[in-house]
Amino acid sequence: MADLAIDPRTELNPPLVTGGATYSSVTDQISAITEGKPPKQWYVVMGVAIPLAMMLFGCLAYLVANGIGVWGNNSPVGWGWDITNFVWWIGIGHAGTLISAILFLFRQKWRTSINRAAEAMTLFAVACAGIYPLFHTGRPWRAIYWLFPMPNELLTMWQNFRSPLMWDVFAVSTYATVSALFWFVGLVPDLATLRDRATNPVRKTIFGILSLGWRGSASQWRHYELAYLILAGLSTPLVLSVHSIVSFDFATSLMPGWHTTIFPPYFVAGAVFSGFAMVVTLMTLARWVYGLENLITIKHLENMCKVMLATGTIVGFAYGTEFFIAWYSANQYERFIFLNRAFGPYAWAYWTMISCNVIAPQFFWFKKFRTSIPAMFTLSIFINIGMWFERFVIIATSLHRDFLPSSWGYFQPTWVDIGTFVGTMGLFLTLFLLFLRFLPAIAISEVKGVLHHQINTEKGVAH
Amino acid sequence: MATSLLARLGLPGFGKETQKHYGVIGNFDTPEDLLRAIRTARAAGYSKMEAYTPFPIHGIDEALGERRSPLGRIVIVCAMVGLTGAVLLQWWTGAVDYKLSIAGKPLFALEPSVPIIFELSVLLSAFGAVLGMFALNKLPTYYHSFFNYTRAAGASNDRFLLAVEATDAKFNAEDVKTFLDSCGSRHTELVEA
Repeated sequence: MADLAIDPRTELNPPLVTGGATYSSVTDQISAITEGKPPKQWYVVMGVAIPLAMMLFGCLAYLVANGIGVWGNNSPVGWGWDITNFVWWIGIGHAGTLISAILFLFRQKWRTSINRAAEAMTLFAVACAGIYPLFHTGRPWRAIYWLFPMPNELLTMWQNFRSPLMWDVFAVSTYATVSALFWFVGLVPDLATLRDRATNPVRKTIFGILSLGWRGSASQWRHYELAYLILAGLSTPLVLSVHSIVSFDFATSLMPGWHTTIFPPYFVAGAVFSGFAMVVTLMTLARWVYGLENLITIKHLENMCKVMLATGTIVGFAYGTEFFIAWYSANQYERFIFLNRAFGPYAWAYWTMISCNVIAPQFFWFKKFRTSIPAMFTLSIFINIGMWFERFVIIATSLHRDFLPSSWGYFQPTWVDIGTFVGTMGLFLTLFLLFLRFLPAIAISEVKGVLHHQINTEKGVAH
Repeated sequence: MATSLLARLGLPGFGKETQKHYGVIGNFDTPEDLLRAIRTARAAGYSKMEAYTPFPIHGIDEALGERRSPLGRIVIVCAMVGLTGAVLLQWWTGAVDYKLSIAGKPLFALEPSVPIIFELSVLLSAFGAVLGMFALNKLPTYYHSFFNYTRAAGASNDRFLLAVEATDAKFNAEDVKTFLDSCGSRHTELVEA
């Protein structure tokens, strides 16, 4: 039978590293990206990203000089694009932690080719998110006294720890710190590889310092692996807590449309959904620019499409549940807010959200879409847009028509709102491109671990 | 104090004793060859050994006779400090030092304190895991004689190295060299301290 030629194991589990890779070819391929000159596309994207990042700094300087009034936030919509963008960016970061921590605990070996870049994405996304609440204080240089319990003579008072906004400060800053630690710990062995390969003394010194004198000895790996496992174990509940706490900012209020217990799981699913969309957007581009098709295979991308399908469907289900509960609550304010959401002045935003978040991912039921790069790239862009609209819809529609019809309004963003948002994308892209250029974008030592397992499986060695 | 700190960093001239050789290092093609060499060496009576590999190899700790890492205990202590600190912070600032009644809610209660208790426990645990791992691994290290091995760079690429250290009771450079060669080492070398 000809069928016997196909090993059922490889049929079900296609190899995660292809192209006849060896340990040294993995080292060479990934290190070469940081050692050689970047490809032309890198300069092209950087040429777009840096001016946008500059625009961000310009907008922020303008805001600090003139006050928060330069944003469109005003009564009744006191939270506008700033918090929308904050939640959007934080959500994007969640995929990085999910890939690095949760998939690690579930022993999903396919995570190894994408975890490093996804973690970097988390850090940069959280940095972009942090800009919004920080600058919404108006005087960011004093924010440390307002946000953190720093003893000082300025206020002679303490924060209100019973407020979800304080929980959010602790959740987001803990998340940023732990993600940075996790990322750096993962980088240490790879930085040692770059140090050992370096021929230029400056490069050797820089990577020598960054790699802390890592030797890869068995006794070091022993502590290292446990530290990695513990960090994964800590990051897993952490990532679930962060978006739950972000959702508390809304859920613990008494606003119709916000005051719902479904928010924490619904926000977490949405965060993972948008984060995976961003990972797919970035990874399809990075693998094309750097020719990493043998390391980031279709199998990796297909798995991410499946995650988007699952989380997108959860999000769609949550939208339905919200409507059902609004009707079932028999509360006229709750019913009004949801009817207004779907058919009021923001109907255009609501239906954009539904099309992008509920309908778009359904294409991933078909293998043809899950394995087509242009299809998944396009759909991931739609999902990124849809998830931004989700936050905007939740925030704007609940606020713009409050209990007193005389104070109803309609939120209009200003040029500063738009400039700041587009600017954070520039900052994010700049940081991501610098990361691709100067640090190993794929976890070299982890890919070798997977390759070792794969070689043994091919040889038929029981593992 | 300063001297011991410099010695801990491995700065030259601050070491414990001036030892001439680090040991003999053998160079293997695959993790399986390395594991086989370690087991043979243990059977032959060598005990002070260290393996250097580009990625963690399962079963190597058992083969080398290493014990479980104590990192978990460090992290538990850090988590407890974070937990206690978060409770004290929220109780003292809210219910002792700056009493502010908001909507008649209690000045301190456990329920609204849970998020920050959780976050601070995780934060301190993560620092404990990372800094604890660095301390156990003596990182950052300025100098280590392993790097005197001419092919040390292989350990971060595709080679699997086994060092039999000079501190081993049974250590004799010529014997160890012959032994590692017989195990299939591709490049065996006596390494300076």
